[in-house]
Amino acid sequence: MSETLRRSTEAEVINRLVVRFAGDSGDGMQLTGDRFTSVSAAFGNDLSTLPDFPAEIRAPAGTINGVSSFQVHISDHDITTPGDEPNVLVAMNPAALRADLHRLEIGGTIIANEDAFDERNLEKVGYATNPLEDDSLANYRVIAVPMSSLTKEACAPLGVKPRDAERSKNFFALGLVSWMYSRPLEPTVEWLEAKFADKETVREANRAALLAGHSFGETTEAVGHRYEVNPAQMPPGEYTNVTGNTALAWGLVAAGQLAKLPVTLGSYPITPASDILHELSRHKNFGVRTVQAEDEIAAAGMALGAAFAGHLGVTTTSGPGVALKSETISLAVATELPMLIVDIQRGGPSTGLPTKTEAADLNIAMFGRHGEAPLPIVASYSPVHCFYAAIEAARIALIYRTPVILLSDGYLANGSEPWRVPDPAELPTIPVEFTTEHNHVNDDGSTEFWPFLRDPDTLARPWAIPGTPGLMHRIGGLEKADGTGNIDYTPENHEKMVQLRAAKISRIADDLAPTEIQGDPDAEICILGWGSTWAAIDSAVQRRRRAGEKVAWVHLMHLSPLPNDLGDILRRYRTVLVPELNSGQLTRIVRAEYLIDATAISKVAGLPFTAREIEHHIEEASR
Amino acid sequence: MSDTTVTLTTKKDWSSDQEVRWCPGCGDYGILQAVQQLMPELGVAPENTVFISGIGCSSRLPYYMNTYGMHSIHGRAPAIATGVAVARPDLDVWVITGDGDGLSIGGNHLIHALRRNVNLTILMFNNRIYGLTKGQYSPTSEVGKVSKSTPFGSVDTPFNPLAVALGAEASFVARTHDLDRQHMMETFRAAHDHRGAAFVEIYQNCNVFNDGQFNHVTKRTVRDEMMIDLVHGEPIRFGAERQRGVTMGSDGALRILEVADVGEDAILVHDATRPDPSLAFALARLNTDDVSPTPFGVFRQVERVEYASSVSAQVAAASEHKGPGDLATLLRSNGTWTVD
Ligand code: SF4
Repeated sequence: MSETLRRSTEAEVINRLVVRFAGDSGDGMQLTGDRFTSVSAAFGNDLSTLPDFPAEIRAPAGTINGVSSFQVHISDHDITTPGDEPNVLVAMNPAALRADLHRLEIGGTIIANEDAFDERNLEKVGYATNPLEDDSLANYRVIAVPMSSLTKEACAPLGVKPRDAERSKNFFALGLVSWMYSRPLEPTVEWLEAKFADKETVREANRAALLAGHSFGETTEAVGHRYEVNPAQMPPGEYTNVTGNTALAWGLVAAGQLAKLPVTLGSYPITPASDILHELSRHKNFGVRTVQAEDEIAAAGMALGAAFAGHLGVTTTSGPGVALKSETISLAVATELPMLIVDIQRGGPSTGLPTKTEAADLNIAMFGRHGEAPLPIVASYSPVHCFYAAIEAARIALIYRTPVILLSDGYLANGSEPWRVPDPAELPTIPVEFTTEHNHVNDDGSTEFWPFLRDPDTLARPWAIPGTPGLMHRIGGLEKADGTGNIDYTPENHEKMVQLRAAKISRIADDLAPTEIQGDPDAEICILGWGSTWAAIDSAVQRRRRAGEKVAWVHLMHLSPLPNDLGDILRRYRTVLVPELNSGQLTRIVRAEYLIDATAISKVAGLPFTAREIEHHIEEASR
Repeated sequence: MSDTTVTLTTKKDWSSDQEVRWCPGCGDYGILQAVQQLMPELGVAPENTVFISGIGCSSRLPYYMNTYGMHSIHGRAPAIATGVAVARPDLDVWVITGDGDGLSIGGNHLIHALRRNVNLTILMFNNRIYGLTKGQYSPTSEVGKVSKSTPFGSVDTPFNPLAVALGAEASFVARTHDLDRQHMMETFRAAHDHRGAAFVEIYQNCNVFNDGQFNHVTKRTVRDEMMIDLVHGEPIRFGAERQRGVTMGSDGALRILEVADVGEDAILVHDATRPDPSLAFALARLNTDDVSPTPFGVFRQVERVEYASSVSAQVAAASEHKGPGDLATLLRSNGTWTVD
C-alpha cells in the first residue's frame, strides 16, 4: 500500500486532469468514461475524449487483448487533445494495469481494483508477483481498493445476487473518482433513473455502488486528497457534447435541409462508421431514408441511384468499403452526379486495426479509381468539425455535380468535445436548382435538352431529374459527347472530356477562402496538417511558441483540389513538416505538386499523435 | 414534379433517336420492339419511367428508350435501381440485365432486390453466353458448353434463373421468349402491373455466339410439343391437341403424362397466387435436363409488402409522430448546458 495522505475536505484546485479508465471489455469502462465526461461537460469544463477498445467483441476475459479503455481530458481552459499522459489510471484488473501503465505520467495515481489482482489474473498477463504489493509501482501513487467486494457488500441489502452485484463495480469506481475530483453525483443518478427506468435491480445496484464508491472516498484515509477542476472560460452560449460520428450524421441531415433535398443513405455496417447509419436511421422525420444494403457496392449504387432521382445520395464506410465502392464512384465521376462518400478511416490494409485510428486512406481517396477520375476530398479535423465538413462536402457535391469523399477517422468518430450549438440560420445555404426546361436551341429554332451542357462558371452539368417532362435523357459509364451526352468514342472528344472533368474539380479551388496561416506567419518552420492531427498540432505549436520559438501552421480541410495559394505559402518556409497518421501520403502529394522539400512526421501505430511527439519534431527541425 | 395525368403516347414517343446497334438478327431487337410497343398501353408517362441497366449486350436497351435511363456498371443495376425507387416511389423503374450481368457479377444485388421486393420490373435477357465480351460461357450455360474460355467444355453446373428468383422470395416470376412478341408484351405487362419486384426471364437468341440455343423449345416446328403455356386457373396442358399435362406424383415430383392415360382430374391446375412457392419451384425445374418441355408464362404472382413504400411509410410515420424535423432541436438532442 502506498503512503497514506492526510485527509482533507478542502479540494485543491488544479487546471487540468487526464483520467484513463481501463478494464476488461466486460467491465463497462466506455460507459464509466462516458458518464465522467458528461458530468464534467455539464460542470463547464472543456474536454476531449479518446475511447480505445478491442476489435473482438468478446476477447478472453482478463487478457491484454481484452482491455478496453476510455481516456478523458478535462480542463479549466481551452483544450483540443485527450491528453498525452494520464494523471490517473483506473485499473480494474491486472491486464488493464499491464496494458496502460506505460502511458501514466511518472508520479501519477493508480486506482486499482485490489480484488481482481488474484493469482489467476496476475498469471494471465505474466505478473510473477502482485505489483500492488511489490515495490514495482514505487514511482506512482497507488490506491488499492477492494472494489468488487465493497460493491457486493453495498448491494447485499438490495437482495442482488453477488454475481450480478459485482457487475456494478464500474459505478463504484466512478463514485470514487467523482469524489476525488469533486464531480457531482446527481446527474449520474438521474441518468441511471432514466436509463434503467424499468430495470429496478440494475438501477438500484448501480446507484448503491456509485454512492458506496463516493463514501469510500469521503471516509477512508487511504484516498486522501481531493481535487477540483474549475469550469473553463468558454464563450457564452448553449453547449452540447458530441462525438465526431454524431456530428457528421447531423451535418448530413443539416446539408439536406440547407439544400432543401431529402437525404438517402445507402450503407453497409462497418467499424468505425456504423454509428452514422444508426444515427441517421433515427431521423426519418427529416425525410432521411436509410437502406442497410446487401454490401458496400450496393450501398454506393443506392446512393448514386438516389442522386440520379434527385436526392442527396450518401454512402458511409471505412477503408475496405471505399475499395469496394471504387467502381461506382468512377461511374459517379463519369455521369457527373452529386454523391457523398464518407470514409471513417481505420488502420489498414485489409481488416487491419478496425477499432484503431489511422489516416492512410488519402491515397485511395485521391487516386483509387480507374481511368482519369479526379474528385474533391474534404477532411474533418475535430469531432465538432465533422458537422461542418459534412455540409461543405455536400455543398461541393451538389453545386459541382460530382462525387465527393469526406475523410474522418476512428479517433474523431468516437472522440467527443463540447460544441457551442450553432443557430441553424448561421449555416451556409446550398442553392440547388433542378433543370426543368430545354437548354439548347438547334439551328432550325427547335429546342432540346442537352444533359452535358455545362455551366460556364462551375462547369457543372444540368441536373434534370426523372419526373420532369421533356427532359428525358440517358446517362452512363460510356464516354459521352460534351453537350449532347450522346455516346462518343472519338479521340478528340475523350481527351476534351477528361480535361473538362479535371478542370471542373480544379475550379472548386477558386471558390475557397484564402488559406489561413496560424501561429507565426514569419516563422522559418511551417507545419502542414490535415485531419485529426489538428488537436496534437495545436497543442504542440502552442507549447513551442510559449517556449519562444516561431512556428507557422496551415491545416488543410480541402485536400482536393488543394488551395490555389498553398504552393506560394509553403515555398516561404525553410522547413515544412507534415504530421500524418500514415507513411507520408500528403507529403508525397505536396512534394510532387509544388516541388518543395516537405518532410513527413509519420505515425502508423493505430493511435493519434501526442502533442509531445510533434513538439519533439519541431524542436529537432529548429536546431 | 410533373402531374401524372397520362397523355396518350405512341410507340414513337417511347423511342429515342439513337441508332440501335445490336448484331443483325439478334434476339434483342424483338425484345426492344415488344417493350416499345407495350409502353403506350401501360398508361404511364415517359418522364415518369426510368430504365436502369448493367453491362452487356442487353444493357444497351435504355439508350433506345425515350425515358430517363442509366447504363450503369456490370451487375449493379438492381442496387442503383433500388436507390432510385427508394428515393422516388412515384416512378416506374425497369431493370434490364442479362444472364452474366444479373446472375454472375450481380447475383448478390439481384437476389436482395427480389428479397426486399423493391418495386422494379426486372427483365433478364438469358442467352446463355457472354456476347459483349465475344463468347465466353455464362452462369446459365449448360455443362459441357464449348466456348472461347471452355475449349474442352464447361464443367460448371448452371443456374436456373427462375429457381434462383423463387429461392430469393421473389413475388413475381415469369418466363417468355424473344420470338413471340404478344407473349412478351403480356408477360411484361403483368410484370409491370405487379407491385413489388417482378422477375422475367427472356429466352434470347444470340445468333453470333450461341445461335439456336433455344431452338429445341422455341422453334415454330417444335413449340407445340415443347412449350408449356402456364395460364392461371387452368389445367397445365400442352401439345398440338393439348393431349399432355403436368401431374404430381405421390412422391411430390412433377411428371409429364398423357391426359388420356391419367384423366383430366389428375392434371395440375396452375395457381400463380399460391403462397407456398414449392410448386412454382418444381415447375421452374421441370426442364432442368434441358430436353423436357419448358413452361412459359407467369409462375408466381403473390402480394407482398413493397419495399420503397414501407420506407416511405416509416418516413411519414416519423414526421407525423415527431413533427417535421427541426435542426435546432436535433442539435440539442444530446442534452445541453449553458455558459453565461
Ligand atoms: S453478341 Fe449476341 S447478344 Fe450481343 S448483340 Fe450480338 S447477337 Fe445479340
